[in-house]
Amino acid sequence: MAEKKWMPRWFYQLASPRWCYEITGKLLPIFAIAAVATLLVGTIWALAFAPADYQQGNSFRIIYIHVPASILAQSCYMMMAVAGAIGLIWKMKVADMVAKACAPIGATIAILSLATGAIWGKPTWGSWWVWDARLTSMLILLFLYLGIIALNSAIENAQTAAQSTAVLALVGLVNIPIIKYSVDWWNTLHQPATFTLTERPAMPSEMWVPLLVMVIGFYCFFAVAMMLRLRNEIIQRERRSSWVRDLITG
Amino acid sequence: MNPKRKQRLIIVLFIVFGAATAVGLSMYALNQNINLFYSPTDIVDNKAPEGTRIRAGGMVVEGSVIRDTQSLNVMFDMTDYANSVTVSFTGILPDLFREGQGIVAQGAMNSDGVFEAVEVLAKHDENYMPPEVAEALEKAGKMPDQMRAKGAE
Repeated sequence: MAEKKWMPRWFYQLASPRWCYEITGKLLPIFAIAAVATLLVGTIWALAFAPADYQQGNSFRIIYIHVPASILAQSCYMMMAVAGAIGLIWKMKVADMVAKACAPIGATIAILSLATGAIWGKPTWGSWWVWDARLTSMLILLFLYLGIIALNSAIENAQTAAQSTAVLALVGLVNIPIIKYSVDWWNTLHQPATFTLTERPAMPSEMWVPLLVMVIGFYCFFAVAMMLRLRNEIIQRERRSSWVRDLITG
Repeated sequence: MNPKRKQRLIIVLFIVFGAATAVGLSMYALNQNINLFYSPTDIVDNKAPEGTRIRAGGMVVEGSVIRDTQSLNVMFDMTDYANSVTVSFTGILPDLFREGQGIVAQGAMNSDGVFEAVEVLAKHDENYMPPEVAEALEKAGKMPDQMRAKGAE
């Protein structure tokens, strides 16, 4: 490998399953504590201290689960697709494992987002489900996750499985901007985004600060769940290598 | 970057942009079908199919709601601030239904030019605020127009 390294050092270190196993072992407790703390604070703040909405009353509080879950389901998909692309281009085993670890978590979070949305939709809109662009594209995201999980487990050889799922994930990536802009491009029943990076949120700070805490909490939770799955996957695939044997026999 | 990786990178980019172009073009072609509802202007301009079941969306005009005292029938006007359509509905309205609220109704135009709805859904906008703030804004007459109008888009 005499060629010029054009990515930062940590990128190449990530290629080593052993290095990854060790670094995630160190990061895990930090994220676990952060996740528990932010989710606990966020939930209590959101349920007990945030004011009710002037139109929806208390039923709007489901936003504190629904919005973080929806954001995370999309971020998780992007991470999975990027990891898949890195796996395809650099043939990096760890990237394949990251992609594989993301899929079931993303699927669960997407289900959570759809379920909380339906529960909120019934009293607010008057319907559990409407086939509008936002809801439908979110459902497609769930189906993409399920398809990726199915495809990955249908192929015996780990490398072939990772390649096929990475291609599927990359094709499905087009759905992410569709979800995001569906409410702007078409008439939908779903309201436009309350939060944008460029404008002030259409919500007072005593409502959005706990929401922000919940979003951070969801991301930390995702990091924990992902690292746990990744470590499992590393041990499983590297079970024949000497460092894993040393680790087990200890 | 070695040539093999470069080649694979190009393939990956090709997959992403190829899929995006294909989906983008089909979305563009299907544009009208993806819209959840027709606006009152579409209906007045005869852009919406007549006689078949469609969805129509707009704001409930202030002061236009007439409730029948004998039945669950409700008549109201729905507007997009350019044109309006009269809607007739028999049934239970969602909690958020009120004058000035955005709604989406499913039904068909009858021969009298009245939209006969079989289902009325309330459309919520992206603005949230505590009741005290809303009250204070309303009292001061400073409720921003966009808070009422957003749903009609």
